[in-house]
Amino acid sequence: MTGVLPVALENATKLMPALAHLEKEYVGVMHLHKDVDEDLLKKVIAEKFVGKIMQIPPVRSAVSRRPRIREIKFFDVLEKDGKDVLFHVACEAGTYIRKLIHDIGQALGVGAHMTELRRIRAGCFKEEDSHPLVEIRDAYEFWKEGDEKMLRKILIPVEYAIPHVKKVFVKDTAVDSICHGAPVFVTGITRIQKGIERGELVAIYTLKEELVALGIAKMSSEEMFKRKKGVAVRTDRVFMERGTYPRLKR
Amino acid sequence: MEWLIRSVEETDESYGKRPNERTIEELIRNSVINVDKHAGPTSHQITLWIRDMFGVKKAGHSGTLEIEEIPE
Repeated sequence: MTGVLPVALENATKLMPALAHLEKEYVGVMHLHKDVDEDLLKKVIAEKFVGKIMQIPPVRSAVSRRPRIREIKFFDVLEKDGKDVLFHVACEAGTYIRKLIHDIGQALGVGAHMTELRRIRAGCFKEEDSHPLVEIRDAYEFWKEGDEKMLRKILIPVEYAIPHVKKVFVKDTAVDSICHGAPVFVTGITRIQKGIERGELVAIYTLKEELVALGIAKMSSEEMFKRKKGVAVRTDRVFMERGTYPRLKR
Repeated sequence: MEWLIRSVEETDESYGKRPNERTIEELIRNSVINVDKHAGPTSHQITLWIRDMFGVKKAGHSGTLEIEEIPE
């Protein structure tokens, strides 16, 4: 299998909880064990394999083999050449595509297996912006020789890798205590992205748009906006080094 | 994006640094790379290769492309 694989370096590995459940998109080839009519194929897929589906993880999987619900956003048949079907699918994280193809084969009564799979999107990471290893190696070598332009284009700062995580901006004076693990108090907040719910993973930013930490919202956006005091976000993973901003003088 | 504004504040330019002003060394320790994985090596092998090339202490990937593991 090939395609989009987001790789986080050093401090950025702390982003993992935020990058763990991204929606995925793939293109692949399904090989039918007997030819079936294209209209029938499309009908079965549309009726049984789009929307919420029940999936039993395959034998060789890291999770327990309990049936679980996964959402297939769309499943398009791009091309059919005899028993080979080129498809394009978008699905929730944790969907086993190989199993999905096997199950489609079963539903059609002819059997099928997947012969090729390429991931073309994982959340905000798209195929057209991805870099093969040789390109990354070249960029690294150019940098070593004094030209950083290419490498700068490849490295995505943590701030831009999590556009799906809602943001809370804090005052300069609140930053250092958060770096020490203190929670975010409403009085330290300048602005809040709408739509945050209690318990949601949120990103805490400085006014210079630096990621300070990831945290768990203890209030909704509205509450963070209206309340006069209290904890808005419990700090979870700190990205910024202590002492980057001055310590608040009491 | 829609925002709720609690207060309008200034930021002191003598502290911190905007993400696009970071040095390459700083970026390397605080970035994600969108890799186009080729056939052959596992996602894990690709990640180790990148870790070693950049000489960073650790690297991690999001969502493996191997069936044996959790396809996040």
